[in-house]
Amino acid sequence: MIAPERIAKPDDVLLEVRDLRTHFPVRRGLLGRTVGYVKAVDGISFALRRGRTLGLVGESGCGKTTAGRTILRLIPATSGTVAFEGRSVFGIAPGELRQMRRHMQIIFQDPYGSLNPRMTVGGIIGEPLRVHGVARGRELEDRVASLLEHVGLAPAYRNRYPHEFSGGQRQRIGIARALALDPKFIVCDEPVSALDVSIQAQILTLLERLQEELGLTYLFIAHDLAVVSHISDDVAVMYLGRIVEQAPADRLYANPLHPYTKCLMSAIPRANPRQAKSRIMPRGEVPSALNPPPGCPFHPRCPWAMERCPVEVPLLLPAADEPDHLVSCHLYH
Amino acid sequence: MTQSADILLSVDGLTTRFFTDEGVSYAVEDVSFAIPRSRTLALVGESGCGKTVTALSILRLIPDPPGRIVAGSVRLGATDLLRLPEDEMRRVRGNRISMVFQEPMTSLNPVFTIGDQILEAVVLHKKVGREEATRQTVAMLHKVGIPDPESRIREYPHQMSGGMRQRVMIAMALVCGPELVIADEPTTALDVTIQAQILDLLRSLQADIGMSILLITHDLGVVAEIAHHVCVMYAGRIVEEADVQELFDNPLHPYTVGLFRSRPSLEHRGPLAAIPGTVPSPLAIPPGCPFHPRCPLSDGAKCAADRPPLETHAAGHTAACWYAGRVAEMRTRGEPLYK
Repeated sequence: MIAPERIAKPDDVLLEVRDLRTHFPVRRGLLGRTVGYVKAVDGISFALRRGRTLGLVGESGCGKTTAGRTILRLIPATSGTVAFEGRSVFGIAPGELRQMRRHMQIIFQDPYGSLNPRMTVGGIIGEPLRVHGVARGRELEDRVASLLEHVGLAPAYRNRYPHEFSGGQRQRIGIARALALDPKFIVCDEPVSALDVSIQAQILTLLERLQEELGLTYLFIAHDLAVVSHISDDVAVMYLGRIVEQAPADRLYANPLHPYTKCLMSAIPRANPRQAKSRIMPRGEVPSALNPPPGCPFHPRCPWAMERCPVEVPLLLPAADEPDHLVSCHLYH
Repeated sequence: MTQSADILLSVDGLTTRFFTDEGVSYAVEDVSFAIPRSRTLALVGESGCGKTVTALSILRLIPDPPGRIVAGSVRLGATDLLRLPEDEMRRVRGNRISMVFQEPMTSLNPVFTIGDQILEAVVLHKKVGREEATRQTVAMLHKVGIPDPESRIREYPHQMSGGMRQRVMIAMALVCGPELVIADEPTTALDVTIQAQILDLLRSLQADIGMSILLITHDLGVVAEIAHHVCVMYAGRIVEEADVQELFDNPLHPYTVGLFRSRPSLEHRGPLAAIPGTVPSPLAIPPGCPFHPRCPLSDGAKCAADRPPLETHAAGHTAACWYAGRVAEMRTRGEPLYK
């Protein structure tokens, strides 16, 4: 069942990313000459509607984390645009950016490294409120208490330090901090992959509940296709800096089109030992982003590679009969 | 059940505790299991459940102090490992029992070539010359699917990808022809396509070489892929044990059921049922059934007071729960255990 507010109007776009590129120079030698670029993000585009979740999935080094951080302007973009509520994130002045940041937050993967061990939980969650001058004194205390309750922690925990908490509880603290300024958009960067299985389910359920209650919009970055498809409305699969396939989550699962998506899906361990599974395995390993293959970046590993593939870069286009199922592969266009 | 003659490793009543300043940590309590030859047994559980301490106890690698194996026996074939003098135990490690670790980057020595690291074990345990050892190393690297092994043996670990390094770790573990390989989260640090390759490799090597595997993992998907038999651990104890298909079809302990229901899967995209609360600290394990504070079936009386023993419910299927029968009934009626 879908809550009425979650059926967004098509024009209700909160975040629009267009042809975003993030290239990191590789310097060598005494003078630090630039000898090449790692094209971590190499031309991705998508639109994210209010109250929805877009899952960004791919293996290590595919550029998904860099994409999330570039969108928040935590890493400078090489080119492309990001519009948040119609305003350019890259073009605005620092003062305005600060205001915009209130509405765009991030939850990190590592609940151990992302909380300052010398601050109390109350200090950590209250910091954004103080920095932005939103609340102080009694009001701040109340707000911290209600944030803690919101994420399922006792308000009395505010005087404790991060090391006193388990991984799952720390992740709740990280979520409370992200929620402090009442954001509209949250980048969730592998928020459950460092957690135990039983705790993963708790955190995923919490994120879903918060989205419903607060009308949040998520960019959910993860390597685990099962986790991503569980929480996302739409899923984009990344490979070597590009989106190779994007579709509504159930459609992507029912009918994966891109050979890389098929490989990813068939590599997921089966749910039951009885289940027969024929694997489609990509050949070899992911090539370096410093020196990506010409044409389709997946062609050296693709079981269906054709003559065109090493020559022509495929475009991300709708599949036949499925206007909202985009795929970048010569097999379909 | 397998004949006792086929049993390679039998662990009986193993109890390992850590005597720390904060108190006694009951890491492993009364753990028993047996692994037949050429089979894979999985120890499944979440962080702190005692699965890795169990493996380190088998190899007698528990740091003492503060840790100590306080009871139990570990038999490898006819050898009682816990009574072996240390110098003989050293000949068992890496030779009759070897280990594959989770993190291939930190488990390989960065200043030696991978060839030297594998050779070292062969020369030490097999008492052969360098030339013969090199030949065996190259053959093993070839077997684990490393292309062009003659030149790869001169490379350093940092020159290889994570998947290749894990293949090197497996080659190192297998080169002396061990009877048992302990694989501690062997694919957890790897991408999913590489994980699938490594699991396929372990399966085919087992068919080929015939070693037994003690697989330590938190991932039921990995269990479904390569295990024959499963022990689920919680708070230092085995709470359920069964053949892999039986466990997946008919889990009887509420914790096992919860583990299955917390897993997002592509097939069932419905809501997840999270187990409430967190894993207890081994310093403060709840009395009675250690799972009772988190359990939907806990009666708050018997469950909180008396620890349920491991009881046999079907052939080769044991569970430590006062209400295992009710778990089975609820499944037959299609009633969910977790909301």
